[in-house]
Amino acid sequence: MNYTFHWRQAFQALPDMLGGALVTIEIAVLSMVIGVACAVALALARNLKVPTNAAGRGIVRQWSYPLARGFATAWIETARNTPALFQIYMIYFGLGSLGIFVDSFPALLAGISFNNAGYLAETLRGGLRAIPPTQMRAARSLGMSAPQAFRLIVLPQLFRTVFHPMTNQMVWAILMTSLGVVVGLNSDLTGVTNGYNVRTFRTFEFFVMAAVIYYLITKVVTLSARLVASRLFRY
Amino acid sequence: MFETDFARTDLMFMLQGAGMTLMLTFWAVLGGTLMGFVFGVLRAVAPWWINATLGVVLDVFRSIPLLIQFILANSFKSIVGFDVSAFAVGCVVLALYTSAYCAEIVRAGVLAVPTTTRRAARSLGLTWWQDLRWIVYPIALRVSLPSWTGLTLGVMKDTALVLWIGVVELLRASQVIVTRIQEPLVVLSLCGLIYFLMSFPISRLGAYLETKWREYD
Repeated sequence: MNYTFHWRQAFQALPDMLGGALVTIEIAVLSMVIGVACAVALALARNLKVPTNAAGRGIVRQWSYPLARGFATAWIETARNTPALFQIYMIYFGLGSLGIFVDSFPALLAGISFNNAGYLAETLRGGLRAIPPTQMRAARSLGMSAPQAFRLIVLPQLFRTVFHPMTNQMVWAILMTSLGVVVGLNSDLTGVTNGYNVRTFRTFEFFVMAAVIYYLITKVVTLSARLVASRLFRY
Repeated sequence: MFETDFARTDLMFMLQGAGMTLMLTFWAVLGGTLMGFVFGVLRAVAPWWINATLGVVLDVFRSIPLLIQFILANSFKSIVGFDVSAFAVGCVVLALYTSAYCAEIVRAGVLAVPTTTRRAARSLGLTWWQDLRWIVYPIALRVSLPSWTGLTLGVMKDTALVLWIGVVELLRASQVIVTRIQEPLVVLSLCGLIYFLMSFPISRLGAYLETKWREYD
């Protein structure tokens, strides 16, 4: 092994890399917000169960529009069955064929949000399924209105079941932001690190630093989520 | 009307890339499952300090972007002077990455077996090993298989990242063709279709097994 490590250079780059880490977190948080919003819409479009009060016809009725349902299914299955990098490529390169030219930052953000939405929609669906329909009936027969029952009975339980998968998805989103460098993003953590890498060829040192920062970010996210969960779900 | 420069040889090139993707997936899942099985069982039955150490080490692989793991392994290879191909590096990194997830799945499966069941087995005269082999293993397998299918699919999609260290798999092959014929939408759609065809049947099979096995609970 004739290689001398130069950690000093890597430490000098630390402030820049921390700046990149902020961009990484920004992309991850934005993609989660957009992802959750889209996921709710997708889950609704795919299978909304409207609680109705129609006597004798069952309390839960399937409500679906074939077009919305097809669109949501296509979205979810594409997001779940192709690589995230492919989805980003599709937005960055693919849309160019249609005359839509997307910069690398929005392309990355849109790609991750698309992916998040697909996975979260399934999470939400699973969460809704885990709540027995009898509870809705019980709530309704206690005199709650449908929105009241949803807000007071369904939503808290739903939140409890989807909280952990959502935290996981957040960690995934942080890790996925590193794909930005493949479509030429140079402002996030991986992008900044790669910038230093091509200038100095100290690949190992710089990327070890980046790996440590990613590790710390994900640890902070999972630990704080655990803290929040232990506060919220005590009963 | 619709015309394209996409030639039959391009399709062959992409299918070769898909073959590379499948090869990577195969080795990664094989190595990852073997290691993950050992790690997972260790985590479930070993003393707490082995469990804790192993947990922290494996967690590192799940907390660092796979892309960076590839880059680090590749540059480490050059520093140490190993003469192995980028394909081998990709397989090793993916296998370690897979084993980190697989260990959690196996551990969850083993812990899902009720303690009372295991005690009952032991009091019937089964040895520790027999209990693991004939009681824990069949129950844990059933619990873990759906997640394991999901993991396999996840790894197949994650193999796309090896393009960064220079392995020509499906996505990289598509990119090469895009560079030549300048029709990204056509080529990438085809690429997505191939990924979908490789992934969707297995994910359906996993979902089927999950619902089928739930009937016996």
